[in-house]
Amino acid sequence: MTHTKRLIKGNEAIAMAAIEAGCRKYFAYPITPQNEIPEYMAEHMPEVGGTFLQAESELAAINMVYGAAAAGERAMTSTSGPGYSLMLEGLSGIAAAEVPVVLAQVMRGGPGIGSLETAQLDYFSATKGGGHGGYRNLVLAASSVQELFDLTQLAFHLADRYRILVMLLVDGILGQIMEPLELRPLPESELPELPPKIWALTGMGKRGRQNVLSTMLMREGQVMEWHQRAAEKYRQIEEREVRLATHLWEDARIGIVAFGMMARVAETAIELCREEGVPVGLLRPITLFPFCSDFIRQSTAHIRRFLVAEVNLGQMVEDVRLAVEGRRPVDFVGRPTLPPPSMVVESIQKIWRELKDGETEER
Amino acid sequence: MQSEVIIAGFGGQGVLLVGHLIAYAGMLEGKEVTWLPSYGPEIRGGTCNCTVVVSDRRIGSPSIPHPAAVIVMNRPSLDKFEPAVAPGGSLIVNSSLTDRLPSRADLRTFLLPASGMAQELGSSRVANLILLGAYLAATGVVSFPGVMAALEGILPSDKHPLLPLNRRALEAGIEFVNGAGRAG
Repeated sequence: MTHTKRLIKGNEAIAMAAIEAGCRKYFAYPITPQNEIPEYMAEHMPEVGGTFLQAESELAAINMVYGAAAAGERAMTSTSGPGYSLMLEGLSGIAAAEVPVVLAQVMRGGPGIGSLETAQLDYFSATKGGGHGGYRNLVLAASSVQELFDLTQLAFHLADRYRILVMLLVDGILGQIMEPLELRPLPESELPELPPKIWALTGMGKRGRQNVLSTMLMREGQVMEWHQRAAEKYRQIEEREVRLATHLWEDARIGIVAFGMMARVAETAIELCREEGVPVGLLRPITLFPFCSDFIRQSTAHIRRFLVAEVNLGQMVEDVRLAVEGRRPVDFVGRPTLPPPSMVVESIQKIWRELKDGETEER
Repeated sequence: MQSEVIIAGFGGQGVLLVGHLIAYAGMLEGKEVTWLPSYGPEIRGGTCNCTVVVSDRRIGSPSIPHPAAVIVMNRPSLDKFEPAVAPGGSLIVNSSLTDRLPSRADLRTFLLPASGMAQELGSSRVANLILLGAYLAATGVVSFPGVMAALEGILPSDKHPLLPLNRRALEAGIEFVNGAGRAG
């Protein structure tokens, strides 16, 4: 019998982890399927001396987050796709000013107002910037409630370390399910010491000079400087922060690549196929940017065929194809609502038949 | 070993609570569990369901098209979920609120007049716990003491005076199924 765990919804886990990580400013506008986050924050932020504020709109909420984070506070917001679209102006500004912010985007079906069905339709908008100006977000995708709790804590650390927007891209279904959760703080070893926020707008005081954060880059050469600095930052992030998980990967010849809840569906499919002797394994990117391109390229040594599985009609598959560099075929399976394992099983079996037929011909 | 159950009925019948209790009891017994509510543009008085998975191993998708068991609390839920039960699975029905019999012959079917039985116990609101008791007896996925511990963990302390009533409701469901087993 274990009593250390609690049965917690994914959305609640995000809010609990944020408070655990020292977030004391939360601004948001309600939207399903993530309303348990503001609900939890409304109740518990006051208990820790923090601020919960329901803004009048998403545009207001993201600018409040910008302000609080610019003052050096750990601040966050949460929303779903339609709200995220409304926040893009603010997010581009946050990127320009290099302010550390955490945002949870609990995905629904779309486009437009869409539906509440779980989907992964926002991979592109999350990983390729979203707003204007050629900036990147650091994007984390969990596949369980526990991992959501752990990654939310990590998100605040990474945001502060790189002065970047860290986005938790969350399957709608992961926000809604309850799973056992151990309320554990991240180990210190995973949290290297952070630089002091010498840039924060805390009042000049004895510093002797004014700190200024601006989204305007009007001075001659300033856009070039910003992008050179950003490119170096993104390079460091790609070098140090790639996170992934594998399952039965080392001896696999068919490699499935899937993130978030789709990875769990794929894992069930893989186990069914392994029982039939098919050498198939799973690669689950945890950071969607930075993407695990090097790992995928190295895996082409033993993975003969890749199969990308997503809850959309093909988005991350483009990044996998870029990583593979044409060395192996990359197939896709998916649909814009959570597929059953049987759909993935069929694709695996088809690929396995083709692989075996190909080997017979080679002989 | 993995067991899945869908619990379905009207909003307000305690559908989500029954699922929560199974998942919580499973967690207390050291199992992996997921609880997934139906989620969409809901209406007051509309239908409601949740899916619970209890497993010895890491759980894949928490969304289960063909669960090993289904508990239905009304007619629309019987119509929707009877075809979904995995072959040879268990179907537990509140026959007080269903005006037809299940049609599949390949299932272990348990018909309990749960709303009527609940009224006899003193509150129509514990019909859900009677059906949960039947599920415990029919499947053994989680234990009776596990569910009682889950009730204590989930119910706020001002509701704890209701624990004896809930216990009687669970026991009534368990006895109904065990009695039927002996008769059969």
